[in-house]
Amino acid sequence: MNELFGFSTLDLSRFQFATTSIFHYFFVPFTVGFALIIAVLQTLAYRSHDPKLENLTRFFGHLFFINFAVGVVTGIVQEFQFGMNWQGFSNFVGNIFGVPLALEVLMAFFLESTFLGLWWFGKDRLPAWASLASIWIVALGTTVSAFWIILANAWMQHPVGYALRNGRAVMTDAWAIVTNPKALEWFAHLWSGGLTVAAFFVLAVSAYHLRRKHNVPAFRVSFKVALLTALIGSLGVVAAGHVQGQSAVRDQPMKYAAFSALWDTPTGSQMPESLVALPSNGARANRFEVTVPYVGSFLAFNNFSGKAKGLNDLQREYAARYGPGNYLPWVWPVYWAFRVMVGLGGLMLLVSAYYTWRWRRGRLDDPGRLYPLLLVMPLAPHLANFSGWVATEMGRQPWIVQGLLRTADAVSGLTPQTVLVSLAAFWVVYLTLIGLDVFLLTRTARAGMHGPEVETPSVPAPHYLPEGAAP
Amino acid sequence: MTVDLPTVWFALTALTFTIYFFLDGFDFGVGILQPFLARSEVQRRALIGTVGPFWAANEVWVILAASVIFAAFPLWYGALLTALYPLFALILLALIGRGVAFEYRSEVDHVRWRLFWDATSFVTNLLPAFLWGVIMSNMVRGLPLGVGGRFEGHVLGAFDLFTVLGGLATLSLFVLHGATYLLLRLHRGSTLYLRARRAALLWGAAATVLVLAFVYVGFVRSGVFNSLGLSQWLFPAAAALNLGLVWLALTLRRDGLAFAATGLTVVFSTATIFLSLYPNVLPSTLGETYTLTVRNSASEPYTLRLLSWVSLIFLPLIIGYQAWNYYVFRQRVQERDQAIPGGGSGD
Repeated sequence: MNELFGFSTLDLSRFQFATTSIFHYFFVPFTVGFALIIAVLQTLAYRSHDPKLENLTRFFGHLFFINFAVGVVTGIVQEFQFGMNWQGFSNFVGNIFGVPLALEVLMAFFLESTFLGLWWFGKDRLPAWASLASIWIVALGTTVSAFWIILANAWMQHPVGYALRNGRAVMTDAWAIVTNPKALEWFAHLWSGGLTVAAFFVLAVSAYHLRRKHNVPAFRVSFKVALLTALIGSLGVVAAGHVQGQSAVRDQPMKYAAFSALWDTPTGSQMPESLVALPSNGARANRFEVTVPYVGSFLAFNNFSGKAKGLNDLQREYAARYGPGNYLPWVWPVYWAFRVMVGLGGLMLLVSAYYTWRWRRGRLDDPGRLYPLLLVMPLAPHLANFSGWVATEMGRQPWIVQGLLRTADAVSGLTPQTVLVSLAAFWVVYLTLIGLDVFLLTRTARAGMHGPEVETPSVPAPHYLPEGAAP
Repeated sequence: MTVDLPTVWFALTALTFTIYFFLDGFDFGVGILQPFLARSEVQRRALIGTVGPFWAANEVWVILAASVIFAAFPLWYGALLTALYPLFALILLALIGRGVAFEYRSEVDHVRWRLFWDATSFVTNLLPAFLWGVIMSNMVRGLPLGVGGRFEGHVLGAFDLFTVLGGLATLSLFVLHGATYLLLRLHRGSTLYLRARRAALLWGAAATVLVLAFVYVGFVRSGVFNSLGLSQWLFPAAAALNLGLVWLALTLRRDGLAFAATGLTVVFSTATIFLSLYPNVLPSTLGETYTLTVRNSASEPYTLRLLSWVSLIFLPLIIGYQAWNYYVFRQRVQERDQAIPGGGSGD
């Protein structure tokens, strides 16, 4: 295959896919959790008729809006790249994979973009209940959207409800695809993850203003709502993650073995879990390793005697089943990404538990000694998401559709030059977007609310005066 | 023409593109016209305000179009997007820039900040308006596709007289469509309204010339518009007649009629493209056998039936609430001097 600087079209296309998905995923889970938090805040404002809370909703709504714009535009790239870079994949799975994507657009994208516009620009022209309904519809839309996209991804990791016809996967059982157990586990995991992204952001912003005694009664409310969201989210992530690990042993044993850098099937009566390791694909072993006995068995099977298969045994099995080839994922990034994700998940749980404890002790207004940590915590869920995607997507290589289609057979017949140019262009645009987003978010968040008046809508300021009204 | 599921889905694909071009067409037009019509900050903001609550939902139609092709015609999807990769990459980059320009422009109250976003907005509205025409013309003309829809051509092969004319015709049509949209959205008698009228007359003339040139070149090139059969003159002729109607409506000062006419021109032009394709979806210039047709690129009936049921429920719903969105923001936008309510900070 044609190469450029040692990179093939396959390498570059994979890198481009990872770039697009990861950038897009900085914004998506944020929207999922944030829409929900804002909907809750607006419900509180609606019920209490408290202008402070309306003001608060508007303030966080502004932050949501800044972020939503980038989420929408990066989502378009996500949709098109399957055809642009992965023609083999589109041909093979379009029958199945295209459907949840189409359903996502039909059921979610239109809802989100239309009702967010109504909510944001229509504040003065919609009755209060319609405005409240709009933000709840946006929140619903983001959740539905996440469900369909996870369903599509889950099918790639655990294909169900299909038959192979003329070298293509075709759908035979839509219900099986919708109830794919993988999809349900992952949806729980990702949705909880989305809650944490928004929750820790709102926590940080609220703590910042509580510390400075700005609008204390209002930010106390957002702090509490975000804290509960963070607690629910972190618990959900950990619980769903545990379930997922166990189903991976069953359905994607190679990935599970890579998570644990388990090269050889354990010989004793139990499976230890690796704490720290330096895995090497070249040596097909760990160069250094610290393990804890029994923990591996417990994590994978909820007992103290279960054993998962090691990478080397699985490689022999796969070669016998699918023909000669290398079926090992690149272990060290998978292993370490998995550990970073788990570690950060634990940290999020600890921090939210600590602040819930402080709340019970009546010390809500004072963020305490962990205040600097609270300000950087918004990075933790993002980094955890990033690591989670790296672990799960690199962990299933060389398969793009587990057991059915290899990534190398899925790529479009483009020249590496073409892909490299677009990759460079996307990097420039994405880095600019991230920079702008962070700049505007921090700027707007620090500025806080002004006065008792409800925040004026800031974006393209339409002057919707009725015709003939005095200016 | 036998009506079976793949044909229905081909028609639905055409419909999705038609709605997309109709809706985002005037967004593009407003974006391109902005530097020419607006001379002051207040006017620029009024122009942006005319599309502010709508552009995002309008743009979702293109995501739907892509996903409909993906689900209903996977081979078409892969072949088209791979073969015209650079054009789609440019469109995507432009759509990103455009969306952000809409949303971020008024976040910071600083002249250079706004100047940057105005420039971005102009370029990123211009690019897709032109490129969609190039892509549609390429689809009609055919692409060098080999076995399995594999692209065998060169990057620059997408551009020739026919496709560039197609791009320019789309561009001018969208600008015209944007101008007549502004007639409906701006306060009558305002400076902006009068300028939009002049722009509509000017671009109406340009669009007429370019669309006719495109149709002429399309007919002269053998095979391009041939499969229209008996009705082969109907749609191009309707498109051209409509442009005459635009001119008439503008002269009679009937804003609604003018907008309807430019909209119908967009509709008829898109219909012409898809009708001339049928029963193919992507002709191969390397040989009949490689041509992708409605039949050989469609998904299995099971998938198509499923899609049909879901669309039957959700498409009317979507059209309903989008229409309501337009109804809520139906008032004309006024040019008004008002301090910028800058993003929370106002500095």
